[in-house]
Amino acid sequence: MRAFLRRAPLAASTLVVTSALAVAACSSGSSPSGGSGSGSGSGSGSAKTGQKVYVVPKNLGNPYFTVADSKGSGGAIAAIDSLGDTGIETSGTAASSASQIPAIQAAVTKGANALVVSATDPTALCPTLNAAIKRKIPVVTYDSDAPGCRSLFINQASTAAIGTSEVDLLAKEINDTGQIGIVSAAASATNQNAWIGYMKQELKKYPKIKLVSTVYGNDDPATATQVTQGLLEQYPNLKGIISPTTVGILAAAGVLDSAKYRGKVQLTGLGTPDSMKKYVSDGTVKAFELWNPANLGYLAGYAAVDLINGKIKGNQGETFSAGKLGSFTIGADHTVLLGPPTVFNASNISNYHF
Amino acid sequence: MDPETPAGTGNAAMTPEHVAGDEAGSGPGTEADGLLARLRPAVRWELGLVVVVIAIAIFGNSVSSEFFSANNLFNLGLNSGEIALMALPMTLIIITGEIDLSVESTLGMSSALLGVLWLHHLPMVAIFLVIAVVGLLAGAVNGLLVTRVGLPSLAVTIGTLALYRGIALILLGPRTVASFPNLYTNVGVEAIPHTDIPYSIGFFIVLAIASGVVLHATPFGRSIFAMGNNPEAATFAGIRVKRTKTILFMLSGLISALAGVLLTFRLNTAVQDNGVGLSLDVVAVVLLAGVSIFGGKGSIAGVFLAVLAFAGIQNALLLTNFNQEATGAVIGALLLISVFVPNAALFSRHLRQAAVRATRRQPT
Repeated sequence: MRAFLRRAPLAASTLVVTSALAVAACSSGSSPSGGSGSGSGSGSGSAKTGQKVYVVPKNLGNPYFTVADSKGSGGAIAAIDSLGDTGIETSGTAASSASQIPAIQAAVTKGANALVVSATDPTALCPTLNAAIKRKIPVVTYDSDAPGCRSLFINQASTAAIGTSEVDLLAKEINDTGQIGIVSAAASATNQNAWIGYMKQELKKYPKIKLVSTVYGNDDPATATQVTQGLLEQYPNLKGIISPTTVGILAAAGVLDSAKYRGKVQLTGLGTPDSMKKYVSDGTVKAFELWNPANLGYLAGYAAVDLINGKIKGNQGETFSAGKLGSFTIGADHTVLLGPPTVFNASNISNYHF
Repeated sequence: MDPETPAGTGNAAMTPEHVAGDEAGSGPGTEADGLLARLRPAVRWELGLVVVVIAIAIFGNSVSSEFFSANNLFNLGLNSGEIALMALPMTLIIITGEIDLSVESTLGMSSALLGVLWLHHLPMVAIFLVIAVVGLLAGAVNGLLVTRVGLPSLAVTIGTLALYRGIALILLGPRTVASFPNLYTNVGVEAIPHTDIPYSIGFFIVLAIASGVVLHATPFGRSIFAMGNNPEAATFAGIRVKRTKTILFMLSGLISALAGVLLTFRLNTAVQDNGVGLSLDVVAVVLLAGVSIFGGKGSIAGVFLAVLAFAGIQNALLLTNFNQEATGAVIGALLLISVFVPNAALFSRHLRQAAVRATRRQPT
């Protein structure tokens, strides 16, 4: 026994690691080795097929992105697959740039022909994304931008419109008076900060409303719950909360869904109809907004493939068709708008299923 | 004093099966045979690691022909450079029987300092100096609480893990600073000139060589093993246990601060939550290296191999279509194996003793 165990470390560690690797290799199937030329769009209009487009959301395991990216929900991968190419979702598990960057690098190494990315940080991804663009891999950002480091940005709605409409929604609910707080996602997230910027501008129209604090839930349910509770304890006279993140608004609704707060603290923000149905029906939330994330992903996927095939170059004024969504025109700063945000409330929430 | 359990750590260093690869003092007559007998277990673990690294390299290559490309190896090194750097002082600390879980927060504090001082337009050289001093101080706090006040390092560094992260948040708030000049942020895209090695790995290699020499070839290094094996005997032998441990904690603080600067530049982002979660990755690497969590055993060669294995497996798994969320499970399993296997013999001995005691208690 003793002699066996003395030889154990070498044998056991090799055995276990090799079997772990074997399991990983089996579950990954045959992954084609990269190297088939990263397709440079020749502009000849003849569509190549079988290209690989990697979809990189802010993090994996976020229901908003699962809807935006999956084939089943009609998201980015559905668009990519419908055009004869392959869409693959990958990212890190923490919504941080340090977690997202290795996934992007790996996608490039694996022979990505295009990248569709929701940026965890406006600048941290730039070196990696610019390196991809230099290798003729088009980069389409969606949902959250990395300005200046991508071929195209698919914006879910006008940034200004999202920011201002959130404030207007809440202001109506609290009669234009009182203290409000914001429960955001990650402190670095481009989209969050852009919307909050417009919110602060719009708040100037309401001199009796005071934004007392912005807290960060990092798109993690537990953290978002904690920071919301902290916000409520620190400001007992808080009248309203805006949470422009689907994870955040769900967590905040959970905290406010009690006799102590319901009706006394109003909540609005960006949420998915399915997750918010219960809170709208019991009165915790009166109204909130979103767009269809699947459509956002679909448009991004379509644009990425069109870029690979040279149908568009990403310049202002170009138009392209995005299948079932119709046709779109590229605006300033290589940005495409999906459309105006939709307001959900008790009267229409049952019509939506995502 | 019970010879079976020296210093109450359950350290089995007394029995021949678990003698460390490098240890302070031995009888002069049996030096040669003793040395060989003592080297064997350590060399066995490093050999196992070499096999593991080769297996990972073969796996990586089979998954993607780009695995060994200069670009991929550069990325591999770049993404694990900070963990590799922090693993070196962590190794020394764990060999002395302590632990430092606050490394990720010292890194975060350094990142926040870098951001906030840059916002105030301090010259970069001054910022580096401030960060170095703060790193040393952060380590000194750990070291003094552990050695002078006598608190267990696990408890102390869990406290400073939270404290330093809080200080980072106070310093920088929720802001991110991303306006660092290209001269510095190039560490994230460019290798050391004339090589394909990222700067963080360059630092790691230099520090690893230095640590290896100090740990394995100097009296100071031998004293580190001695205090891990038996702190009381080491003190009586004249080794300045408290001073050495404090120095090691300060070194850990300094290196973590350096890692913070490198991480901030490579991401071009100073934010208070830089580095969250890295402490456990660093400990995982050190344990995978064969460094005993009970102290008294370990080698820098093991750390080097463990860094290769850790970075390699993460990179290789990313290159497959393996469910990325399950990558943590693979790495966690590796860690469990690396802790269990060297202690397997100890575990079986305890089992045998328990069985013997049980049979003795039964009348027939």
